[in-house]
Formats: sequence, C-alpha cells, structure tokens
Amino acid sequence: MLRAQKLGEADRIVTLLTRDHGRVRAVAKGVRKTSSRIGARLEPFSHVDVQFYEGRTLDGVSQVEILSSYGAALVGDYSRYTAGQAMLETAERLTAEEREPTVQQYLLLVGGLRALVTNEHDPGLILDSYLVRSLAVAGWAPSFDACARCGVTGPHSAFNVAAGGALCTEDRLPGSAAPAVETFTLLGALLAGDWHTADASQSRARREASGLIAAYLNWQLERGLRSLPFVERNGA
Amino acid sequence: MYEGVVQDLIDELGRLPGVGPKSAQRIAFHVLQADPADVKRLANVLLEVKEKVKFCITCGNVAEDIECRICRDPRRDLTVICVVEESKDVVAIERTREFRGRYHVLGGAISPIEGVGPDDLRIKELMVRLADGTITELIIATDPNLEGEATATYLARLIGPLGLTVSRLASGLPVGGDLEYADEVTLGRAFSGRRTVEN
Ligand SMILES: [Zn+2]
Ligand SMILES: [Zn+2]
Repeated sequence: MLRAQKLGEADRIVTLLTRDHGRVRAVAKGVRKTSSRIGARLEPFSHVDVQFYEGRTLDGVSQVEILSSYGAALVGDYSRYTAGQAMLETAERLTAEEREPTVQQYLLLVGGLRALVTNEHDPGLILDSYLVRSLAVAGWAPSFDACARCGVTGPHSAFNVAAGGALCTEDRLPGSAAPAVETFTLLGALLAGDWHTADASQSRARREASGLIAAYLNWQLERGLRSLPFVERNGA
Repeated sequence: MYEGVVQDLIDELGRLPGVGPKSAQRIAFHVLQADPADVKRLANVLLEVKEKVKFCITCGNVAEDIECRICRDPRRDLTVICVVEESKDVVAIERTREFRGRYHVLGGAISPIEGVGPDDLRIKELMVRLADGTITELIIATDPNLEGEATATYLARLIGPLGLTVSRLASGLPVGGDLEYADEVTLGRAFSGRRTVEN
C-alpha cells in the first residue's frame, strides 16, 4: 500500500501497487473509526492481500489480509522511515497509468521495503538503489558507464541529467557535474545491485551519488518528489 | 447547475472538508427551507468564530484569548506537557479527565509523502517551552497511525538528550484510527498505562 488519504468523516482513499493490476485507487469505508477491523491493516507500507468490490466511481475495499506490515518496523527509525516514504512516492509517480500491470515495479518495491526492514544495508543506499532501478524499469535507465551520447565505454568524468547520464570528454556538455571515479563506481553498483561494492563505498561518494540520483529523478519526473528533501541520510 | 446564488452556496459548501457535491446540494436545500432566524444564527457564528478564535500563543490550541483556557488555568500541572496533533485531540483527552497538565498542539503529523516535514509543525515552539527546565514529563499522544508514530519517533529522539521523561500512550489504542474517535474509556486507559520511551 502506497498512500492513504482522508475522505469524509471516517473513510480513506487508499492507493495500492498490485502485482497484477498495477496501481489501484480504492475507497476503504469507515477505516478511521477505532472499531474498524481493517483500518489497522490498511496503512502505507503494508503488504496486503486485498479484495475489492466494484463501486460507481472508485472500487471499494472489502477484505484485507496482512502479509507483512513493514510500517511497524520502519516508524521506529526515522531515517529508514523517510527513505521508505520516498520509495512509496516514487512507486506512485513512476506508475503513471492506473491499472497498467507492472509486476517489475511491484517486485522492486516489495524487495526494497524488505531490505529496509531487515536493515542489511545503509537505508540511504537501499533508497538510491531502489530509485535508479525503478527508473530503469520505467524505461529511464541512466547510463553510468557508457557515454549517454556516443556509447563509448567509460570510466568518464562528466555526468549530465538532461543527457541521460555519463558523458565522454568529446560529448561533455556545459553545466555537467564532475563526479569522482568512486561515485561512478557506486552508481553502477547501485543500478546492478552489487551490494558488495556499494557497502564498501565511502560517505563522500554516497553523498555525491544520492545528489546525482535525486537530480536525475527530479528531471525525469518534471515535478520533484515531495518526500525526497525530508529523507534523513545517516552519512550526510 | 442552479441559478446564481444557490449554485454559489453549493460551490462554497462543496469546498468544505468531507462534503461532496451531493452533500453540498443537500445542505444548500436544507438552508433554503430553514427558518431565517436559524440561518442567521449559523451565519453569525461562522463570522464570529473567525473574528474571535485565535490560536494559543503557548500551546497552539484554539483560544478566545492570547492564551487558551487550559494554559491560563493555575490549577493545571505545569511540569507535564501532552503533545497532540490537533485541537480536537485536546478535546478528546480532556473528556477522559485523566490528564491535569498542559498541551502542545503540533498542527499535524510528519508526512514526507504529503510534503509535511518537522519544520512545518510547531516543534520549534515545543523545544522553546522545554528549554527552561520547568517541564519534567512529556507525553506524546499523536494518532496511533503511521504518521503519528513516525512523529513520535522523531520527537522522542529530539527530546531524549534533554533528560526529561518521555512517554507514549499505551498500546490498546487501535492502530490506524484517529485519536478523536477513541472512546473515553480506551483513551483514559491508554493515558494511565503510558509507557516511557527509551532513548
Ligand atoms: Zn561520447
Ligand atoms: Zn494554550
């Protein structure tokens, strides 16, 4: 479940990313009443099994079974919580069309949240890896090795969000960033899911990488993520 | 669409929280058929509330003066503050008669996805109140849902180093609900059974 919005006195509109039906919005009636049996199960971060009934404008939620409630594990740690919020918002924004199946985004989000909860890696790294990989699934994979214009393999020393990633010296555009070699290595590892390399990275590279990923994401989305500025980075 | 002023009324009512187009229409026609004196009273109260009611300079609760009635009351315990999200939570807790201290109304809960961060709430004002050492206990009574819990986590960590007792309402409050919907008995029990937050 991605988002809950208050509706009327006691209802909520919930947004879910489903395995087979893409992003779905539905009404959950009476869930803010403390007597509601499904209210507690329908919170952002919850991994749930849901049954819908057909409604006039929006479908309604009739049954909810909890598979995992990642929220309970995340709220106790502010950096992991804020990283998770950015993941939920990204999943919503990168699934532009409602009800367009996108099983890869679904699996990526579930995997990302599980990694946050099990605390295997730094939450900032988990978030950044999730961001680049979900951008890639959405068809906007940034290039961290090959030059985004001519394709010649790196390592390169320039990065340009508008051009789509790394640029060679020939194609370097004015206003490009000049990240360190270690930063390019980290970015590549985050996209590939190479945790051995990512875990070994230094805080300077992590800071630079997350800045570039945020800039790239915001450029692709046109309207930036609301939650990203609130993410608390441990090493920053 | 209705003519002129009737449609204006429906439009205005439709902008209220929780009022959809259908309800707006129903309320509008209720107003049209109501006794003129009743309508006048409603209109006057609406104007009066905007004129008279302000937010307490100390705790952020709704108030008819610079300070609210609770902050002005000398019988309230000055050493305890209960932190809530909204003024309506103050009302809910007052009903339980379990709490004799004063409040601090944050004006919402931290919700990054809605663009609400710590700086958008009255957290700085809370830190100022805690600075002079009078307050020895802080009870965090944010809603028992995700945003409320995250806000409690943030506050507990921020306030931990100040060395006062920080407690959170006992579980038993149904998760996912709004505090204002909790019945008095449950809320009262949550109050007396509050647990200290480790930091
Ligand atoms: Zn090139
Ligand atoms: Zn007050």
